[in-house]
Amino acid sequence: MSEAAIPVSGEVKFNIQISDELTQNVKPLLHEIKHALENLIENGETSIIDLRSIPLAPGEEDRILNTLGRGEVQAQLDALGLSEVTETRYAGVWVVTHYNDEDNIISRFIEVTTIPVILCSQTEDIMAAYSSLTLDLDESQQTN
Amino acid sequence: MTDRKNNKDKLPAGLDQHEGIHSESGPFEKTLGETLRSQGISRRSFLKFCAATASMMAMSPAMIPKIAHALESARRPSVIWLSFQECTGCTESLTRAHASTIESLIFDSISLDYHHTLQAAAGHAAEEAREAAMEENFGKYLLVVDGSIPLGNPGYSTIAGISNYDMLMETAKGAAAIIAVGTCATYGGIPHADPNPTGAVSVGDIIKDKPIINVPGCPPIPVVITGVLTHFLTFGTIPELDHIGRPKVFYGQSIHDRCYRRPFYDKGLFAETFDDEGARKGWCLYKLGCKGPTTYNACATTKWNNGTSFPIESGHPCLGCSEPDFWDGGGFYKSISMPTENITKTAIYTAAGAAAAGVALGAMNRSKKNSAAAAHSKTTIDDLEK
Amino acid sequence: MSEIEFLSWVRGTGFQIAVIIFIAGVIIRLGEILLLGRKTNLAEAKGSEMGGGLRTVVTRSVPDKSTFKRSAFTIVAGYIFHIGLFVTIFLFAPHILMFKDILGFGWPSVPTPIVDALTVVSIIALLAILVHRMRDNVLRFITTTEDYLVWLLTILPLITGYIAFHRIGMTAPTLLAIHILSVQLLLIAFPFTKLMHAFTLVLARWYNGAISGYRGVES
Repeated sequence: MSEAAIPVSGEVKFNIQISDELTQNVKPLLHEIKHALENLIENGETSIIDLRSIPLAPGEEDRILNTLGRGEVQAQLDALGLSEVTETRYAGVWVVTHYNDEDNIISRFIEVTTIPVILCSQTEDIMAAYSSLTLDLDESQQTN
Repeated sequence: MTDRKNNKDKLPAGLDQHEGIHSESGPFEKTLGETLRSQGISRRSFLKFCAATASMMAMSPAMIPKIAHALESARRPSVIWLSFQECTGCTESLTRAHASTIESLIFDSISLDYHHTLQAAAGHAAEEAREAAMEENFGKYLLVVDGSIPLGNPGYSTIAGISNYDMLMETAKGAAAIIAVGTCATYGGIPHADPNPTGAVSVGDIIKDKPIINVPGCPPIPVVITGVLTHFLTFGTIPELDHIGRPKVFYGQSIHDRCYRRPFYDKGLFAETFDDEGARKGWCLYKLGCKGPTTYNACATTKWNNGTSFPIESGHPCLGCSEPDFWDGGGFYKSISMPTENITKTAIYTAAGAAAAGVALGAMNRSKKNSAAAAHSKTTIDDLEK
Repeated sequence: MSEIEFLSWVRGTGFQIAVIIFIAGVIIRLGEILLLGRKTNLAEAKGSEMGGGLRTVVTRSVPDKSTFKRSAFTIVAGYIFHIGLFVTIFLFAPHILMFKDILGFGWPSVPTPIVDALTVVSIIALLAILVHRMRDNVLRFITTTEDYLVWLLTILPLITGYIAFHRIGMTAPTLLAIHILSVQLLLIAFPFTKLMHAFTLVLARWYNGAISGYRGVES
C-alpha cells in the first residue's frame, strides 16, 4: 500500500486500538529465532520462517521487526518488483521482504543463514549471461 | 485488462493455442521455465515467485526448491473458465491477485483459453475458441466454474443460447479435473438460499464422474484460488480434500482456531455491540454473531489484500461464507449458541398450557381419589371368613 | 442435508420440540404432585411448617456423618459432577448467551480453560460413578435400565460438548449440532425419568422439614 497514492484529507482516526497484551506472539517467535541460530552454529543448517503463516495481531509484525532492528547489510533487488534483503542487528538473522510492482508485500520471511539464497547469482542466469556476453563481444568484434 | 493483453504478447485470447496446432513439430507446449526465460525473466525472479507461491500455498519454506523444480518443468495446461449464475465477484477476487506481474506469472503458466470477463473475443468467435480448445486438449484441460446452475428452467441462465446445464455437461466431458470456485459453484451459494426460486444447484450436484476441487468463499481469497491452480501445476495432482471437497491446506482449520482474537474468547472478553468499548479494544466478536467456530477457511492466516486484514480484524463478525447454506444459517448477527427461533414465546405458551393441563389433571386425580375413598367399603369379619 | 442446514434445524425446530416437551412435562408433573394434597393433620401445630421446610431444603445439602460414612464415594463423586454440570451449563459464555436470548438477561461468565478442565473432571466423576454402581452388589441390584439411560443422557452433553469445543474427529458445524441435539434428548427425557429429582428434591426436602417443623422439633 503506497501511502503517497492515497489522498488523505485531515487525520484518519481508527476506533480499534492496537493491543497485543494477550496475543503474545513476539516472544515465542524470538525464541524460535534463537533456536534457529543455535542450529546454524552447531549444524550449519538454514532455517526459514514464513511470517505470513502465523496469525499475528495488528502491530505484532512491526514489533518483531523493530526488535530485530537493522544491521550492516541492506540489499535491494529489482526482480519482478522490489525485494528487500536486510541483515538484522543479529548477524545471521535476515529479513527477506518481497513486494509486487504495486508495492504490496506478497511475502516476508525471516531467514537464519549465512546468506539468503536469493542474493546469490543463479546458475541458469550465469550461463545465460555467459552466452549473452559472448554474443555481445562477437558483435562488437564484427563491427570493428 | 490491458495488462492481460500485453502479457500475452499481443496475441488475441485463444489463438496461441491454434498457433501450436499448425507448427511443424505438432502441438508443442513450452514448459513454464522456457516460457519465462523467453520472456526475459531471470531465475532469481523465478525464485522470488516460488517463494511467494510457497507462502501463498501455506507450504513450509523448505518446499521452495521443490516448487521451483516442478514449475520449471511443468507444461502449460489449457484452462476453460465457465461463468454461470454468479455475480462475477470470484473473477474480481482473482484478478486482484493478478493485479501485478509476479502473480500474473500464474496466468502465464496456464493458457486461459476461455473466460467471459477477461477474454478479448466475443460472440461466435469466443464459442469457437472454446470448442477448439476442448477438442485439442480433450481429457487434459482444466475446467474452472463459478456460479450455480439453475435446474428450475434452463432459460434462467444461458450463454450464447446454451443453457448452463448443457454447457457444463458438454464441457465437463473432456476435462481432466474441475475446480468449482466460489460458494455458488461449490454449494449453490446465494441463489440456492431459501426459497431457491431458480432451482440452483452446485457443480458437485450435477457432475459425478470427474474429480472436483471445491474452492468456496463469497468470494474465495484470491491467493487460495491461485494456490489451488498452482498446486495442480506444480504436482499435477489434486490437493488433499476434506469431506466436502475443499483443499485441506486452505480449509483445514476453522477461523476460530487461527483467529488472533482467540485469547479474548478464552478469557471471556467480548464486544457486546458494535463500536462499544470492547469492540474498540479488539475483543472477541462471538456475541455479535461470529460464525468463526463453525467456518473453515484461510482468512485468519492468509487474510485478504495481500495479508492486510480480514473481517474480524476489521471489527465485523465472520459470516461463515465458505460453508454450504451459510445464507440460511440462522442470521449473521445471531450468535451460534442462540436458538434461531423465538423460544421465549414457545416457553411461555407451553407453560400456560401446561399449567392449565396440570390443574385439569390434578382435578381429575382428586376426584378419582375421592371416589375411591367414597367407594371404599369396610372389610368385615364375614368377608374375611369367606 | 448440508451441515449448516442440520445445525440450523437443531437450533430451530429441534429446540422448539425439546423446550415444549420439557416445560409441559415438568409443569404437569409438579402440578399433579402439588394438587394431590396432603392428609389433614388433626394435631395442633407446635412450630412453623414453612420455616422448618425451607430450612431443611438448604441443610440437607450437607449429609450427616453416618450417611456420609456409608456412601462417601457416591456423595463426593456426585457433588463433583453436579458442581461441574452447574459451571459448564450456567457459567460458560456461549451458554449464557443462549439463556440471555430466551430469558432476556445474562450474567458474568467463567474463563473457558476453567470450564474445559471442569468438563473433564465431571466426565471422569460420572464414569467412576458408573463403575462403582456396577461393581457394588447392592447398587447393581437396584439399578434399572432407566437409570443407565439417564446416566448416558447426562454424560453425552458433556462428552459431545468437549468434542465440539476441541473440534475432534468431524467438522465444527456437525459436532455442534450433535452436542445441541444431545442436550435436547436430555430435555425430552427429563419429565419422564428420575431426572425430575432436580425439582422434586425441593418438594421432598421441604416435606421432611415441614413434618418436623409442624411438631416443633429440629429436622
